[in-house]
Amino acid sequence: MSAALRDQTPAAAEAPVLQARDLTRHYAVKRGLFKEPASVKALDGVSFDLQAGRTLAVVGESGCGKSTLARLVTMIETPTAGQLVLSGQDVTNISGGALKAVRKNVQIVFQDPYASLNPRKRVGAILEEALKINTDMSAAERRAAAEAMMAKVGLRPEFYNRYPHMFSGGQRQRIAIARALMLRPKVVVADEPVSALDLSVQAQVLNLLMDLQQEFKLAYLFVSHNLSVVRHIADEVLVMYLGRPAEHGPKEAIFSHPRHPYTKALLSATPQVNPALRAERIPLKGELPSPLNPPSGCAFHKRCPYATERCSQERPALRPVDGRQVACHYAESIG
Amino acid sequence: MPLLEIRGLTVEFPTHAGLFRAVDGVDLTVEPGDVLGIVGESGSGKSVSMLAIMGLLPKNARITAERLAFDGHDLRGLSARQRRKLVGKDMAIIFQEPMTSLNPCFTVGYQLKESLRVHEGLSGAALQRRAVELLEKVGIPAPESRLRAFPHQLSGGMNQRVMIAIGIACNPRLLIADEPTTALDVTIQKQILDLLVDLQRERGMALVMITHDMGVVAETAQRVCVMYAGQIMEQQPSEALFTRPHHPYTAALLDALPERALGRDRLPTIPGVVPGLHDRPAGCLFNPRCQNAQAHCRAVLPALAKQGPQALRCFYPVNDSNLVSGDAR
Repeated sequence: MSAALRDQTPAAAEAPVLQARDLTRHYAVKRGLFKEPASVKALDGVSFDLQAGRTLAVVGESGCGKSTLARLVTMIETPTAGQLVLSGQDVTNISGGALKAVRKNVQIVFQDPYASLNPRKRVGAILEEALKINTDMSAAERRAAAEAMMAKVGLRPEFYNRYPHMFSGGQRQRIAIARALMLRPKVVVADEPVSALDLSVQAQVLNLLMDLQQEFKLAYLFVSHNLSVVRHIADEVLVMYLGRPAEHGPKEAIFSHPRHPYTKALLSATPQVNPALRAERIPLKGELPSPLNPPSGCAFHKRCPYATERCSQERPALRPVDGRQVACHYAESIG
Repeated sequence: MPLLEIRGLTVEFPTHAGLFRAVDGVDLTVEPGDVLGIVGESGSGKSVSMLAIMGLLPKNARITAERLAFDGHDLRGLSARQRRKLVGKDMAIIFQEPMTSLNPCFTVGYQLKESLRVHEGLSGAALQRRAVELLEKVGIPAPESRLRAFPHQLSGGMNQRVMIAIGIACNPRLLIADEPTTALDVTIQKQILDLLVDLQRERGMALVMITHDMGVVAETAQRVCVMYAGQIMEQQPSEALFTRPHHPYTAALLDALPERALGRDRLPTIPGVVPGLHDRPAGCLFNPRCQNAQAHCRAVLPALAKQGPQALRCFYPVNDSNLVSGDAR
């Protein structure tokens, strides 16, 4: 986010826990024996600051690069270009023992709690594994820490010896959250943490995430496609399209006056229970283009109802408009 | 005469721990041209009840019903041959995962033409023309070449359009859509929902939309039926249900929606989880999680009270209901 924007947020005085500068990740894709491998720009120039106790939501359709971003931030993969700074330390190309040390600070909660827990391990072992590897706590200390964390996420102590298959989806997601917090990370990446859950359980898990954020001053990178959930939990929103940021700014600004046509389309496509909240319809034609062969100019111009000649030739840069960053030539006249 | 009439539909599955009742005494009627939404959490029996009507449940399922009729014809004693004449022609279904419900070994054209060949007896140029027309209808560009494509060559949204084309190929009078958009992105979801509603209006077919997404139901259905643990809890015209729900379960579900909690810090929640095989409570199935539950709710199952498009299964409804349940069983 730009300096101008940061000054408007109340947490501006605090140094960010996580800073991303032009994070880029390209993948080489083989196209057969005699062709040059193609390059997929899964992520192309994403920057943001994340403060302790705040939530940045990353929104977009499948293939927009949100999961790639999550993999870079958790240091599962290294960026092709750009810089990642964690608590003032550059961790972009870190490796070996130093990588192990900083990785403790960033943990992840995955989308599907039925796939992310080892079915052969008891809850206690799942929670203690991180402590076993990363600390020199004794077995008794580890058990005490695991039980304390279970109490925090609303799991009863007798669950300590149970296997994951004995739990419902919501309880499994609580186990996954507890596991992520065992090493007291500063940043938690939540990759669609409630999209596999039923509505009544979804509310419980969202409340839990918000309670834990307050208690541990956690910074969340919340990846989601559900805009109602994002509207509830986020402080800032980053809308992505085909690996690039389309719009980025405070939640209120983006939800009340979206400036990018793609943001507007996303908002209007979300089904609303309340007729009063149903926005003006922006019909989107077509589907997400292939990242192997992105359109010229603005990547969105082929689906955009406002597109002109200029959009097909010139790629719009991210620029500040009305309290947020927008990548659109006509951001002022839209919305 | 109603197009689809279901009374007392019960579906049970034998498990090693005894019979599991997935659907418990469901009553539903669908008139021609109706758009009915069935909402419920996972395990509420919404899909199983519709699969039972289509005859698509595994052989070990025990299906009983007082009445199960499509267009006046009893569906209970149908032979497999008779059922095949009906399913895919007069009643069709679209499944949740377009990627897994199409056969990966055949082109989409072959799969689309199959039902036209079997039910309509088309062949040759007429068959090809009709197939192209159907793909055009569901908004697939360059239909001639897409007919030769295999499912893996198309995106999820395109495959779901193909599924819809197969579903409407023989002009069904009833189309059941089982979570048709859950696997798709929001912008594609919008396109598919608009397509379904347009087709429904244009052809006057009845549409039953099964989903867990309250927003999807609110934007498409005329009438909504809320299911919980295999039972119908409440049924109302769509607008009334979302503005004045009468069952505490519906009310609590709507309160738990993040978009209704704007400005509030924490969401209202429903404590506990949906009952499973072993912990089905006595009395009303929702009573352990219900804020209004009284002693009577814990002892006696409420009967489904019905009046016109409305139905309710509750002794102590909220928001001034004109319906109140009596005792059942």
